[in-house]
Amino acid sequence: MIRLEKRAEPSQAWSLATPLVAVLATMVVGGLLFGALGTNPVEAIRTIFWEPLFGEFAFYYRPQLLVKGAPLVLIAIGLSLGFRAGIWNIGAEGQYIIGALTGAGVALAFYPLDAWFIFPLMVIAGALGGCAWAMIPAILKTRFGTNEILVSLMLVYVAEQLLASMSLGLMKNPEGFGFPGSRNLQQYDSAHNAELFAGTGMHWGVVAALIAVIFAYVLLNRHMLGYQIRLTGEAPRAARFAGVKPARLVLFCLGMSGALAGLAGLFEVSGPAGQVSIDFNVGYGFTAIIVAFLGRLHPVGILLAGGLMALTYIGGEIAQSQLGLPAAAIQAFQGMLLFFLLALDLLTNFRPRIGQTREAV
Amino acid sequence: MSQPLLTLDGLTKAYPGVVANDTVSFEIAEGEVHALLGENGAGKSTLVKMIYGLVKPDSGQMHLRGAPFQPAEPRAARADGIAMVFQHFSLFDALNVAENVALGMETPPPMRDLAHQIRTVSETYGLPLDPYRTVGDLSAGERQRVEIIRCLLQDPKLLIMDEPTSVLTPQEVEILFQTLEKLRSEGTSILYISHKLEEIRTLCDHATILRLGKVVGECVPRDTTAREMAEMMVGTALKTPERAGRDLGEVTLDISGLSVPAPSDFGTALKNLHLRVRAGEILGIGGVAGNGQDELLSVLSGEVTVEADAITLRGQPIGRLGPNARRDLGVLAAPEERLGHAAAPDMSLTENALLTGAVRRGLAKSGLINWAATRSFAQEIIAAFDVRTPGPGNAARSLSGGNLQKFVVGREILQEPDVLVINQPTWGVDAAAAAAIRQALLDLAAQGAAIICISQDLDELMEISDHFAALNEGRLSSARPTDGLSVDEIGLMMGGAHGMEVAHV
Repeated sequence: MIRLEKRAEPSQAWSLATPLVAVLATMVVGGLLFGALGTNPVEAIRTIFWEPLFGEFAFYYRPQLLVKGAPLVLIAIGLSLGFRAGIWNIGAEGQYIIGALTGAGVALAFYPLDAWFIFPLMVIAGALGGCAWAMIPAILKTRFGTNEILVSLMLVYVAEQLLASMSLGLMKNPEGFGFPGSRNLQQYDSAHNAELFAGTGMHWGVVAALIAVIFAYVLLNRHMLGYQIRLTGEAPRAARFAGVKPARLVLFCLGMSGALAGLAGLFEVSGPAGQVSIDFNVGYGFTAIIVAFLGRLHPVGILLAGGLMALTYIGGEIAQSQLGLPAAAIQAFQGMLLFFLLALDLLTNFRPRIGQTREAV
Repeated sequence: MSQPLLTLDGLTKAYPGVVANDTVSFEIAEGEVHALLGENGAGKSTLVKMIYGLVKPDSGQMHLRGAPFQPAEPRAARADGIAMVFQHFSLFDALNVAENVALGMETPPPMRDLAHQIRTVSETYGLPLDPYRTVGDLSAGERQRVEIIRCLLQDPKLLIMDEPTSVLTPQEVEILFQTLEKLRSEGTSILYISHKLEEIRTLCDHATILRLGKVVGECVPRDTTAREMAEMMVGTALKTPERAGRDLGEVTLDISGLSVPAPSDFGTALKNLHLRVRAGEILGIGGVAGNGQDELLSVLSGEVTVEADAITLRGQPIGRLGPNARRDLGVLAAPEERLGHAAAPDMSLTENALLTGAVRRGLAKSGLINWAATRSFAQEIIAAFDVRTPGPGNAARSLSGGNLQKFVVGREILQEPDVLVINQPTWGVDAAAAAAIRQALLDLAAQGAAIICISQDLDELMEISDHFAALNEGRLSSARPTDGLSVDEIGLMMGGAHGMEVAHV
């Protein structure tokens, strides 16, 4: 019989080791899965983890890592603040869409004016748009006690409808020969979120993600507000005793995560995606939830987790095209990663003991 | 007496890092009330858990009426006639008495027969209880009766009671003692765990004293003074808190006509409260748990805000202010529940020092936390209040209850409050530490602070407070000087055992 014994102190060593062990376990079990599908497991794992970074076409894949990783990190940082305090924003995907719409809206409204202030204005509009969308569940929660998980999630579907309506109606490119989708912002210099250094994949969204990581780190470790967020998550009653106003914290956490998701949407629509279209959103808002937990809600952890997640995405695509692995196998592989991480997480607070069952003290 | 009922011989149980019981041997005779005395952490709980089959001893034997006795689980112990009433009740609020009793039985009889049995037992032993009442509506004393009746229905040979009187009013204690006397006269043995020495002196025939897992003494409580027993428990001479003659100053905190609705279904509404504390005064508030103590603390700490005028500090209305605004003005509080309310379990002591200390200690400037200052504040608390821990970086939950309590109380006292509200200051704290905490409260009052001490330990309140008031169903009796207050009067103020009228003085 294996028993679990609660540790007096959370284990520091395990809290650092779990992500690594989880990645290793995923490689082993994922390898078995790929093997069972008839692919050479070593080859498959190598393709997923090695090819994008050091393979023959790494010059093409490395920038893609930044392009895919940046929105994940940016959104996950925002989500992690709320998750730490027990405030569950599941609707980052919707806030991401709305941020893209408001940001692109500003650009399209000024088109074809050529001015330096357009891009900064778009950034502000994107952040405000995402923030406003997240304020809906926040205000409903603080005013009427609704569940922010349900409201924020359902608003994703509302946002998707809005996106479809915009790309077919209001924001449709008048010179687009009737095709759905807005003007391409990549061809509008004042609004284009171009690569800062050509060929690196480094655009303003990457910069914003790095700033967000530093900001979140300082907030959580040095600032009263971050302390209150952590306190609320760990002991809500103690937080009230410490003078935390729960409603204000809900507004801050949801507003902040909405703003960051909105920014991610804006940088995507004005850069890599280029235009508002029906299939603009590809699930970054949901994947960021996994990234946030994979990074154990710690800013630096999220940075690494975002990179890892982007790696499995790109590596997975390569494995699909080169080795003919089904997309579902890649998704199962990514799912395993989260599963192992959460399962091994137990070891941080519990110590397994093998032996006869006894009643606890 | 020929053969003892239960013989313990060299029982030893070690946990990683601590020997909970070290070759403990004693005997419980037939029809004897045997007291098990000791401080927190002396190993009393581990010992009774071994007898009740919850924990297996590492070595040593037990004999029940001469036959080897090794219960593998509580069910086996119950089958052999051992019953136990735990300190914390395991009852379901939403079910009625009979249903709760049935849940604890192997093969419960039909409900109507069971209700009949419960009535019979409750009448025989003078424990009035209606089997069809919902447990959620019962007082703590009545809940305990449910647990006792549950045990008595098994017709036990040995009844183990873990701190049974900690939740009872004096009158309820008397009823309990009559029941226990009756059980003894019928030949049932009772193992009685308590740290209330006067109770043990009135009730018990024999006492075994544990310290740090070892038997350090035995005595016949009737022939031993409470002080002698306490010193055996602690191992050193006890220092009685000194109470200097105090001059009471101006009225500091004044509550007039405060009513607050119950925060939840099982909470208590506060009804028309009047209360005044002067500088240098300790006001003791007694009462059975669940009569509004938590709610009163929340209202005073600022967690629950009320109308501005309902609470005034030196004439200034503070009812609407939140916890930190009140801390700024010098009103501090230490709640009863240490883990999760007074402290965050998984956070370090440093982080917990920040929890209430940020405002008065200036530990954060424009939102940025000064961790160095916070750590030295935590170290100051640890040093001043003898908190046993490797250092301020350790998580709050790694501390024993008593040590954490010292930390929590110390954190508030070192912030030099003008008004300190404290709920159960020494609950679960060993005798020496309790004396230190009481002394610290007395010293604080001597420096001119007004203290409201909410406690269920009447001896404690009588020892330190100048005035005494009692909470009963959310109503506060008027305060009376503690000098010359008799136990009967206190009982009446607390509402008595049968819901007697609150005394109007």
